[in-house]
Amino acid sequence: MSASVRGLALRSPSPIPGWGLSVGITVTLLSLVVLLPIGALILRAAQVGPVELWDVINRPRTLAALLLSFRAALVAALFNLVFGLLLAWVLVRYRFPGRGLVDAAVDLPFALPTAVAGIALTALYAPNGAFGAPLRDWFGVQVAYTEVGIWIALIFVGLPFVVRTVQPVIAEIEKEVEEVSATLGASRLTTLRRVVLPMLLPALLTGFALALARAVGEYGSVIFIAGNIPLVTEIAPLLIVIRLEEFDYDGAVAIAIAMLGISFAMLLVINLIQVWSRRMTAGS
Amino acid sequence: MAVVLARPARAVAPTQEAPWVRRLLIGVVLLLLAVLVGAPLVVVFAEALREGWLVAVASLGDEDARSAILLTLAVAGVAVPLNAVFGIAAAWALTKFHWRGKALLLTLIDLPFSVSPVVAGLCIVLLFGANSLVGGWLVASGYPIVFAVPGIVLATMFITFPFVARELVPLMTEQGKSEEEAALTLGASGWRTFRTVTLPNIRWALLYGVLLCNARAMGEFGAVAVVSGKIRGQTATMPIMIEMLYNEYQGIAAFSMAALLTLLALLTLALKSFLEWRHADQLRATGRH
Repeated sequence: MSASVRGLALRSPSPIPGWGLSVGITVTLLSLVVLLPIGALILRAAQVGPVELWDVINRPRTLAALLLSFRAALVAALFNLVFGLLLAWVLVRYRFPGRGLVDAAVDLPFALPTAVAGIALTALYAPNGAFGAPLRDWFGVQVAYTEVGIWIALIFVGLPFVVRTVQPVIAEIEKEVEEVSATLGASRLTTLRRVVLPMLLPALLTGFALALARAVGEYGSVIFIAGNIPLVTEIAPLLIVIRLEEFDYDGAVAIAIAMLGISFAMLLVINLIQVWSRRMTAGS
Repeated sequence: MAVVLARPARAVAPTQEAPWVRRLLIGVVLLLLAVLVGAPLVVVFAEALREGWLVAVASLGDEDARSAILLTLAVAGVAVPLNAVFGIAAAWALTKFHWRGKALLLTLIDLPFSVSPVVAGLCIVLLFGANSLVGGWLVASGYPIVFAVPGIVLATMFITFPFVARELVPLMTEQGKSEEEAALTLGASGWRTFRTVTLPNIRWALLYGVLLCNARAMGEFGAVAVVSGKIRGQTATMPIMIEMLYNEYQGIAAFSMAALLTLLALLTLALKSFLEWRHADQLRATGRH
């Protein structure tokens, strides 16, 4: 059966109809919804010119916002890298009551609207909130309206990414590999560090990159808890919104271009590390 | 070897962590999840019900609140089916044929994931805003996009664009095209092949993708905030309404609407878990992002 079908496919590379229709729908919608709008941004940036764009970016308020957005996103993605790995490991390898519920709860940040997360986290961590009050009274720490609040919001938003990319890879690890390592005298920790972790590295990096990209551009969950003080807790996406409200389109375009440029540069570096780590694992 | 054999039978297996380590790790995970995910969930309902059910429900019956709910349903009702059509078309084009540019198309489909929602909104304003070439013409013809419902639909579609396609492409790659080829050989038309062979094969993954797409569509905030103009009763979706109410210190009204969206999120998660449990074999995408 399969041989005859394969024979058919060889004779005629595409007996299946609908190529024109499916490619037509795909390209039309993709262009209208994604490519043309992004093209409009790039075109506008080209009209403004690199000198003026840099002039807008190179202002203390813009630089502070960009630095804050990327710094906080990095902190949150690093936290989620470690916690996500732990969470994925516990979910795949251990059996405990409520495991199914925990597995479902990991996806809540995907499903919960960001504005809802934003006001909920603010209510929790505000100085009179359920977490905010004890933190302030006992430790003298304020979370809401500081950079730490931004970290919390970005950790919430990026939580599922590392878990969901690493989980299937852990599930596919063959027990024999760990047994061989143990038989050869490696301690459990050594096995985890030298044998298991390298296998997870590409997936970890993918999850990290996704969490980072999401956190850099995040807006809804952050603006409520951040306090939005210029130069201190004002994130780059918010500054774009402010510029738009002032009808300073060129200013908004400059910040957007800077964000896109830095994001793509970061993703490129992560991709290169990934290629390198795959080569390392394949070689060893 | 002799040493290993001499060990007592109930020692920890060498491929497992010690029991106390397991308990510690499970405890850490449960505690952190309760703080990070559980607490925000509880607080939404606690704040909404602060003055009881009646006040919370009454705030949702407000005219502006009702129009926000209807608008959100309408926007998702247009954006999600369009994205489902796109997802099916893209998956068909990517998995049933070999052609140049497939890799490029895959990359472009994922593009919205790496663009900030605010930047997405800005892009739509630049293309369709009253000051642009296209937008100016549309406004003059009486069809404004930005600060109107079409812009909200476009922004929502941009943000949720990859969801359905990303569920279908891996599954349909795995399924191959032999079943479709068999149907065609037996004389079925292309459309009938799709309806009776392909669609039943992908229906659960399609539903899964639509579910995720819908949850994100109804909750989208950043991109919609930029293009909507936030006109109460006209272009304010539920998330926008939450922001406006919250900034006006109408806590109960804001959290009541947030609770409604949270119920939707919980329903989405329940259906998603059900699909993963019941139809795991037909959702290759399970567990993947």
